[in-house]
Amino acid sequence: MIARRTLLGAALGAPLAACAPPATAAVRIWAMGNEAAHLPALLAGYDTAHPGAAVSVQALPWTGAHEKLLTGFAGGSLPDVAQIGNTWLAELTALGAVAPLPADAATFTADQFPAVLDTNRIGGRLMALPWYVDTRLQFVRTDLFARAGYDTLPTDWAGWKRALHAVKRAGGDGRYAILLPVNEFEQLLTLALQTGEPLLRDDDTRGNFRSAGFKAALAFYVSLFREGLAPIVSAAQIANVWTEFARGFFAAYISGPWTVADLKARLPADLTGKWATQPMPGPDGPGAAAPGGSSLVVCRTARDPAAAWQLVRHLSTVGVQARFAQLSGDLPARPSAWRAAGLAADPLMAPFGVQLARARAVPKVPEWERIVSEMQIVAEQAVRGSRTIDSAAAEIDARVDRLLEKRRWMVEKDRAA
Amino acid sequence: MTAETRAGWVFTTPALAAIALFFALPAAASLLLSFTDFDIYALADLGNLRFVGLDNYARLFGNPLFWRAVRNTLWFVVLGVPLTVALSLAAAVLLDARTLRWKPVWRVALFAPYVTTLVATAVVWRYLLHTRYGLVNYALASVGIGPVDWLGSPTASMPAILIFVAWKTFGYNMVIFLAALQTVPQELHEAARIDGAGAWTRFRHVTLPAIAPTVLLVSILSIAGFFQLFAEPYVMTQGGPDQSTVTILYFMYEEGFKWWNLGTGSAVAFLLFVMIFGVTLLQLWFAKRVAPQ
Amino acid sequence: MVREAGGAAMKARAILLNAAAVVVALVTLAPLMWMVAVSFMAPGEAAAFPPPLVPAHPTLDNYRTLFETYGIGRYFANSLLVSSLATGLALLFVVPAGYAFAKLRFRGRDRIFQLLVAALVIPGQIGMLPLFLELKALGLVNSYAGVLVPWLAGIFGIFLVRQYCLAIPTEMLEAARVDGASEGAILRRIVLPTLQPILVALALFVFLGSWNDFMWPLIILSDDRLYTLPVALAALSREHVQDNELMMAGSVVTTLPVLILFLALQRYYMRGLLAGSVKG
Repeated sequence: MIARRTLLGAALGAPLAACAPPATAAVRIWAMGNEAAHLPALLAGYDTAHPGAAVSVQALPWTGAHEKLLTGFAGGSLPDVAQIGNTWLAELTALGAVAPLPADAATFTADQFPAVLDTNRIGGRLMALPWYVDTRLQFVRTDLFARAGYDTLPTDWAGWKRALHAVKRAGGDGRYAILLPVNEFEQLLTLALQTGEPLLRDDDTRGNFRSAGFKAALAFYVSLFREGLAPIVSAAQIANVWTEFARGFFAAYISGPWTVADLKARLPADLTGKWATQPMPGPDGPGAAAPGGSSLVVCRTARDPAAAWQLVRHLSTVGVQARFAQLSGDLPARPSAWRAAGLAADPLMAPFGVQLARARAVPKVPEWERIVSEMQIVAEQAVRGSRTIDSAAAEIDARVDRLLEKRRWMVEKDRAA
Repeated sequence: MTAETRAGWVFTTPALAAIALFFALPAAASLLLSFTDFDIYALADLGNLRFVGLDNYARLFGNPLFWRAVRNTLWFVVLGVPLTVALSLAAAVLLDARTLRWKPVWRVALFAPYVTTLVATAVVWRYLLHTRYGLVNYALASVGIGPVDWLGSPTASMPAILIFVAWKTFGYNMVIFLAALQTVPQELHEAARIDGAGAWTRFRHVTLPAIAPTVLLVSILSIAGFFQLFAEPYVMTQGGPDQSTVTILYFMYEEGFKWWNLGTGSAVAFLLFVMIFGVTLLQLWFAKRVAPQ
Repeated sequence: MVREAGGAAMKARAILLNAAAVVVALVTLAPLMWMVAVSFMAPGEAAAFPPPLVPAHPTLDNYRTLFETYGIGRYFANSLLVSSLATGLALLFVVPAGYAFAKLRFRGRDRIFQLLVAALVIPGQIGMLPLFLELKALGLVNSYAGVLVPWLAGIFGIFLVRQYCLAIPTEMLEAARVDGASEGAILRRIVLPTLQPILVALALFVFLGSWNDFMWPLIILSDDRLYTLPVALAALSREHVQDNELMMAGSVVTTLPVLILFLALQRYYMRGLLAGSVKG
């Protein structure tokens, strides 16, 4: 077997050697979507500044990134550095897949948003360095809202919904007020966080989705579809979000900062100035949202941890962060980079700062990713009318309790130990 | 030990070793694994592995999504097998007609989708089935059928995938049917024709009885194939909308390789095996009853 | 008179039949033709109603983007390599075994073969999860060796080769033995030449099968530098749902090689298919 492997390795290496740089010394980094696309530009000149430090970037699709990281862990093929969604950190830490920040990390943990840094602290240790922060808010076609009689948007749920109804009426048949892809959990999660009710209970070992707060959020979410304000579609069915936004198929859309760059690049010129970003409405006044964003981790299996941390450090310097923000539209993790990039003065970007100030963290359990995807699956059934609000809430709790069974056992075991 | 015997062992050992190591052993281990709660925690530390007996199975039977996957898969089988068999038989009869020219050309043309790369053609069909810009809805609109939300509505998503699978696989069955049709005695046809039997009557009373065993064989192969749908929903719908296209294998993939619940995933795999095995036994029983050979 | 009318009816029917064949073939090939047409369109051109069938200004931009920005050339090379290796290795493992099960007498031969045939009903996906763990233990995850492993255990290939070998007259082999030929030489000089058509068919099955294979490479490969075309295309299509024309170009690059290969060798392919489907 071993002999065959080396043979195969030799056979496989030969034809590719011609077109690939020797990958021995390169630090391997996995990044997602938009961020991966801009990494090469951020790394231009990195190897001249750090002789002998080559970097090889692998782009993962966002939809498959989480499973890819787990597969990488299971198969022992993780890279040296990885971009991870902040909510995945608890899981990767529980697996022992990531290394804590080194002792001398104080230099790059200064100048960060405290709330975001706190989400990266697991069991008292800092496990990842924030790379960019984000949160979700609304992208709105101001011209369509103005046509419907709304020059500013209401900040409470009831008023906001009235505004959406007005837009829908003005838009007529075949058009909608807002796009909420039914396969994305973020929108419902945002509404649920706004109610202030914790989503898990009992030391995060049981679901808390039958609470009055979550039910209210779910009922509001479902009503947006039931009342014809949002089309019942998944993201895969919208051939092209920008085109549809430009055509007025919907007038509002909840997304993150990366969409600003997308819209700037893709919307036709005659729409300039006809769209804006707006913080989210809440149950009774401006609402919260989940602090999103990505951090960089160094995997425990990194071949050269020092080189890996060096790369992380480089990506978090203020200059690189500011440049990254300009390229990708992501919001830098370091407040001083906000100023350097001129984001605070940008009318499209400033609302994100406002929204971040109202961020509310999600539970730090390894199963979180699966919990929210189950939540969304059941919520979709409620949207399609095959479940009532009460039965959906009960079903989510039942599924979440099932998911957390192992965690309950492990918490017990730890108490016993 | 003669030279011949020795050669027999030498020739078969590599293949048998590979089969034992990479096929039989994992298949057997699957059953063992399904009695544990092997998951991502156990991957990190085997101390987190528990022997849970039949819990995985009990939990699966209590999991609505599992039943959903079983139901979806059975629907795929029940709707898909007759559809593809009928399509391929019709195509075979058409190509078997004596007055048809350039038969080889048509045969290759209709078979071509079968050899195309599934992932690539699934991507193509995802666009063909697009609600507003898709060619399929455009064709339907021209005969007055309103736009169907193929991949977006839980009721249309399964027919959408069925159309794709039928398009992709009917050529294979057609070739097998064509071979079977060659064996139908021409003089029987002639005799029936002289008796004044129409084309449909001849087909029912002459052709069908002659190729019945082949129809059975093709149905069985199709059933096994439909039980193993995975890539189609993975690429076209990712199991959606509203999980209407989650198949058993897709469910296994998600349990096993997305969430790393290898225990549950193995239980699913084993149950899938039991189902296919059951169908195969039925086939043998059926074949004995229908076509005693 | 009657006969003439009959002749005219026959002729009309024949024309109808031929027309029907043309229509069916067109409908069947339409998706593939549309794929090719759209791959030459400008970005966004296909997202219109009615859907355009021919590019307004044919362009190679999508292909350029694919090769320059997304490096699809590498995935193409990867696929070519994996499929060639799978084909070579599968033949190496399967052909001698199939011949031995047909023609060489050794103890337990038929019992083992019956077991193999029974195992044909077990779908390969059953053992996927443990196989992953097994390969992890062997250190073969994220390597082509891991991708190739299932092709070594080709029971169907053994079955096919055995079917074909049964027709070889035993006297011929015996005569060669009397002449002092070794078993290996018999396999090489006598058996392989007679097996040629089925070897081409089998090679074609494995090559197309491994080229089109998706689930296993998707699971076992985590490094995108190793991706095969289908895996790369699926990843791309999840990321670029909106870029319809680009995706069609990617589909063309993925599908065209197997189509060409099939067209060139379709006679062998069909023969092998029919030989294999006569399972009783």
